[in-house]
Amino acid sequence: MSAAGTAVLRVHRVGHTALLAEAPDAAATAALHAELLRRREAGALPPLADIVPGATTVLLDGFTSAKERDGLAAELPAWQLPPARAADTPALTVPVRYDGPDLAEVAERWGCAPDEVGALHASFAYRVDFCGFAPGFGYLTGLPERYQLPRRPTPRTRVPTGAVALAGPYTGVYPQPSPGGWQLIGTTPLRLFDPGRDPAALLVPGTRVTFEPVDGGAA
Amino acid sequence: MTPRRLTVVRPGALTTVQDLGRPGHAHLGVPRSGALDPAALRLANRLLGNAEGAAALETTLTGCAVRTAAPATALVAGAPCAVTVDGRPAPWGAPVRLPAGAVLDAGPATAGLRSYLAFAGGVAAPPVLGSRSADLLSGLGPAPLTDGDVLPLGAPAGALPPAPGAAPWPGPPARLDLPLVLGPRADWFTRDALRSLDAAEFTVSPRSNRIGLRTDGPVLDRARDGELASEGMVLGAVQVPPDGRPVVFLADHPTTGGYPVIGVVPAEALPPAAQARPGTPLRFHAVHP
Repeated sequence: MSAAGTAVLRVHRVGHTALLAEAPDAAATAALHAELLRRREAGALPPLADIVPGATTVLLDGFTSAKERDGLAAELPAWQLPPARAADTPALTVPVRYDGPDLAEVAERWGCAPDEVGALHASFAYRVDFCGFAPGFGYLTGLPERYQLPRRPTPRTRVPTGAVALAGPYTGVYPQPSPGGWQLIGTTPLRLFDPGRDPAALLVPGTRVTFEPVDGGAA
Repeated sequence: MTPRRLTVVRPGALTTVQDLGRPGHAHLGVPRSGALDPAALRLANRLLGNAEGAAALETTLTGCAVRTAAPATALVAGAPCAVTVDGRPAPWGAPVRLPAGAVLDAGPATAGLRSYLAFAGGVAAPPVLGSRSADLLSGLGPAPLTDGDVLPLGAPAGALPPAPGAAPWPGPPARLDLPLVLGPRADWFTRDALRSLDAAEFTVSPRSNRIGLRTDGPVLDRARDGELASEGMVLGAVQVPPDGRPVVFLADHPTTGGYPVIGVVPAEALPPAAQARPGTPLRFHAVHP
């Protein structure tokens, strides 16, 4: 059982209009984020522009009153945080053609054959911890430590849309072409970010993600 | 009826469509974006009878010129500059009537960096996630203007509001004195770094852009090694990358980052920072949260 229920939160001031709540680990951060969303939904939080999770923090940005900011800063460390429940969080299946240019290198480090990387990667359950880098780019955790790899020593100047990639504890999917230094293991046809669609982003923080290997062809 | 639209005649060094941005999507990795001098944009819109957040054109140093197809009313604000209509001098900071086919030219800024060309009815580029702002970090919103681009104008709300006797246009600063609320990661830096942050003179770096005001000057040493786990970033955050040179985050800043933030410049102090030219002397001074 996670210690989230009794997690000790540290609260930092950020300028005049924001707070940064820091949790001891990712599980407690997930619980804190879920609790903040529950309270916002219930109308029990002061108005805020943004609630932005990080790896082990949640930023509360856009307080409109110092009194509300100070009130929440004083109250937060005493919050009881029930662990985030799977039933409360959205789930997404991401189909992947495991055909990335770094498969051979990843396979060598994992001690398996290149065509086994996909099945192994897809065997774990993932969660979007936070977003950043680009609109709709989620940092997904769930890869066990023994499979974690460093970034490539030299970043690529262009990684294509839909590339599924690994770096450290994270799996990510590039929502638009960009430079990138992560290890590319596959491609998804799923459009992860489309500002004209509601919802614009599919990899929202808290989302549980399953990767599903699909055969070659037009991914 | 002639369509209400603008054609870009001279895009200048960098001209973008900006309104008050798209806050509220930071958790998805979407920057807030929006005018770097929102006070200038709001005032320009008020003087034209627009909603405060109507979109306008934000120039960079060299101004911009546009031709209007239909009669329109415009106002040039922000960084002061020579304004002409079909080559004839026109006022800066006050509404200007443009006949059909006229070219409005906002010349190079005589001080500051960013002028705003606002129009009654607003620039009606298609909104993306609730905003017409160009976000130069992620590429959302309309691309920076190029020669011949066509932009629709919205319908004016009605008659112009009565002109005030004098509009309070603050002049761009000869030097910047930026208040700084220390934290959340001030403890990542040495005492010397904190002292020099509060006393030393920096200058605005020419590498500054809509993402951040970069500084030249003292290097801030860290008191600890290692990487900070990525965390949410606010407007005005002063992030210190490994080279030790502080960067003040402006509207197109990334939503999360892994370099420690030594302090935060409150948003109301940022418009002068966004108008400061490279080489402008800059000091920070610590204030209480």
